[in-house]
Amino acid sequence: MKIKYLLAALFVLSVASLFVGVSSISPMDLLNIQSEETQIFLISRLPRLVAILLAGAGMSISGLIMQQLSRNKFVSPTTAGTLDATKLGILVSMLLFANATSLEKMAIAFVFALAGTFLFMQILDRIKFKDAIFIPLVGLMFGNILSSVTTFFAYRADVIQNMSAWLQGDFSMIMKGRYELLYISVPIMVLAYFYANRFTVAGMGEDFSKNLGLAYRRIVNIGLILVALITATVVLTVGTIPFLGLIIPNIISIFKGDHLQKTLPHTALLGAIFLLVCDILGRVIIYPYEISISLMVGVIGSGIFLYLLFRRKAYA
Amino acid sequence: MIQVVSLSKFYGKKAVVEDVSVTIQPRKITSFIGPNGAGKSTLLSMVSRLLDADTGEVLIDKSDAKKMKSNDFAKRVSILKQSNYMNVRLTIRELVSFGRFPYSKGRLTDEDERIVDQSLEYMHLTDMQERYLDELSGGQRQRAFIAMVIAQDTEYILLDEPLNNLDMKHSVQIMKILRRLVDELGKTVVIVLHDINFASVYSDWIVAMKDGKVVKNGPTEEIIQSESLKEIYDMDIPIQKMEGCRICVYFNS
Repeated sequence: MKIKYLLAALFVLSVASLFVGVSSISPMDLLNIQSEETQIFLISRLPRLVAILLAGAGMSISGLIMQQLSRNKFVSPTTAGTLDATKLGILVSMLLFANATSLEKMAIAFVFALAGTFLFMQILDRIKFKDAIFIPLVGLMFGNILSSVTTFFAYRADVIQNMSAWLQGDFSMIMKGRYELLYISVPIMVLAYFYANRFTVAGMGEDFSKNLGLAYRRIVNIGLILVALITATVVLTVGTIPFLGLIIPNIISIFKGDHLQKTLPHTALLGAIFLLVCDILGRVIIYPYEISISLMVGVIGSGIFLYLLFRRKAYA
Repeated sequence: MIQVVSLSKFYGKKAVVEDVSVTIQPRKITSFIGPNGAGKSTLLSMVSRLLDADTGEVLIDKSDAKKMKSNDFAKRVSILKQSNYMNVRLTIRELVSFGRFPYSKGRLTDEDERIVDQSLEYMHLTDMQERYLDELSGGQRQRAFIAMVIAQDTEYILLDEPLNNLDMKHSVQIMKILRRLVDELGKTVVIVLHDINFASVYSDWIVAMKDGKVVKNGPTEEIIQSESLKEIYDMDIPIQKMEGCRICVYFNS
């Protein structure tokens, strides 16, 4: 899986994505700055593409970091309660701080995402029975508890309808002015790359890390903060995208191993490509209507996840 | 020289290691022997700072181990624990390269690459350096971990039961390599061993522990004696001299 092939695939799919949609736009239309086509292109198509790329790369990197730090291939924002904690945070910001700006909402969502992930890691520390499948099950249960708390309060406050917009990842609402928060994930991904070697060492375990002079706890905490930041920005702008953080890092791990400094770029690229494919398919299958991205990723992703589970013995 | 000064570790009220003082001579192989639960591994973990001691201190070349920066400590003392469960998919070469982490933080210099090459060569892993750890046998994986420790290039190398789960051939291979590390490269090796005959044949110095305390501490010939072994293991163990080695015949005693 060479990086140049991934880049080429990403480029072709990006161009395709820009010119697939209800109103047909051809590259020639863009020559006229004032045309309606150009306006649609700039206000809707381009933001949508950027959002897909950033969300795909961001969620995959989050999953990669979480798998490394928890030393379990099946832990990801979906299976560790991070997404559910973020949703709870968004509900709290909606109920208590109705007039919050998107940055303030993001801060509250971030705090909840971080607290939820941290709590999960604490639970992990206490579990003696560290079976590879058991741990994500605990995470899913933990996430469901958080989710039911969210639903309860959303129901009481009559904001279920509003909340479901966050529950389902959806790119059709993305347009200029509503996705810029996602740019926050760019410097975070760069930072993740900078820390890649330390995350790899931390993934070898606490004793190994200490032997190599690494401040284990601090690196784990930094990793969790980066994951929570990325998750909060993605959920706030796009909604939840299940499975992405789970399957993409696993696919890359099979082909390229777990040396993060070498595999982080691949993971980010494949995440963006996968999300782009799901999005284009979702827009084409029942044209001119759209299948939401979380449904597309959920269906394709859970299939791949099952496949990974069955071949687990072969490599993990 | 490593000096352990009245080190103790308690789990609840039970002392796992109790007031242990011992000096580890440089450029020698020192073996820790003793029955299960004697506190050997706990002691090694405290010396290498993986575990905090409840009382006492560890001096590395006369300076307090606790006060050293973790990165500096990692350049002087390395430890390999007995269970190396690892879920990270790395190639042998990648793993060994991380031995250079205290020096280069993962961005390897030419000097680092050269040391990695040497370490692989030393453990006879050069031919299989691109293979992933999860595709290796137990013996190969153990050799890869030791190669990483060699690449870490510390004066003191601490190994907790490195022969666990290894067959005879690989056990002998690893003990010979440890001997070379001491004789050729001037390293100081501290090792917890279960097989008393490996301790007898390969080590210069033996520390025997029992119930959290040091019961015997001396040169190998002095400890590998029937009377001393009786005290350590509560067994009558005859000693046979064969080809210059003292072999303990404990199988039917």
